[in-house]
Amino acid sequence: MELFIGLGTGFLFGFLLQKGQVLRFDRQIGFLLLKDMTIIKFMASSVLVGMVGIYACHEAGLITLSLKATNVGAIVIGGLIFGIGWAIAGFCPGTSVGALAEGRFHALWAILGMLVGAAAYAELYPALKGNILSWGNYGKITLPQLLSVSPWVVIAAWIIAAVGFFIWAEKKGL
Amino acid sequence: MMKSLKAPIWNPYVAGALVGILAILSVVVTTAVLDKGKFLGASTTFVRGAGLIEQAVAPQHVADNAYFQSKKVKVDWQMLFVVGIFAGAFVSARLGRTVKGETVPFIWRQRFGNSAVLRAAGAFIGGAILLFGARMAGGCPSGHGMSGNMQLSVSSLLALVFFILGGVITARLLYGKGGR
Repeated sequence: MELFIGLGTGFLFGFLLQKGQVLRFDRQIGFLLLKDMTIIKFMASSVLVGMVGIYACHEAGLITLSLKATNVGAIVIGGLIFGIGWAIAGFCPGTSVGALAEGRFHALWAILGMLVGAAAYAELYPALKGNILSWGNYGKITLPQLLSVSPWVVIAAWIIAAVGFFIWAEKKGL
Repeated sequence: MMKSLKAPIWNPYVAGALVGILAILSVVVTTAVLDKGKFLGASTTFVRGAGLIEQAVAPQHVADNAYFQSKKVKVDWQMLFVVGIFAGAFVSARLGRTVKGETVPFIWRQRFGNSAVLRAAGAFIGGAILLFGARMAGGCPSGHGMSGNMQLSVSSLLALVFFILGGVITARLLYGKGGR
């Protein structure tokens, strides 16, 4: 059952990624060159809709949140390393398999590279665990907790900021 | 209905908003059915995939590794989710007739020429670097960028900022201001 639900959810996600054109190398790199905002329009729209629904369901007691710990050192260094690889590969883990499916054969090399990167991380993990990974751990926290405000204040602020950004991007034709 | 499914592209705001609804439904349905809410994510699957491949050659090595132990090397929800992405994109591209055989994308070609071998090397090296970074940061643009930010997680906002910062600086150095 678990596997079947995963497959179905992935199918719909892949369908939407493809229709939204975000699987393309030129869209991904176009964003990183700040010339094409397609992937951010797509991603921000999903996050805005998602945050409203997730917090509504959370407050209704239907779901629990699943946060990742705020390890500042690991996130900053790992995040920058991710960015370097992202700019070279032009794909991210989720989009690479979809890009291959729409005929972008070079994505296959990115997928193989990702498997090697994952294996390398597993080998180095014991060595990293005691240092980088434990630098500056603030635990599993949310923005509303950090700012001591209602989640709906944060959500409203994001919506206003994002809509402002969308209007700017459309005006500039990005 | 069929007409939209066959459309070559959808408005990115609409497609993105539908992903938001999908993400909410995924958590609600899996919480109800599996008793464990599944937030969308992809990069851990590459860890489990690498573990499964290594297991075929050196099972004891995988069993002894602390990272593989913590992620549990097995076929799970997320691995099928990633397989589903392939299937969904495959069907969408064929319905919309946007299948494109591509070995060297446009912006890459402008800068590095038409060599498929060079592009394959770039994709491979970039892929290895980005997955290493994603695991160190604890997620990728799906797990942190989308799922984490939907939950207003501090860690995910931080991760997304540094994903983009690293990517923008590297892209500028690598491709110049061009891409034209």
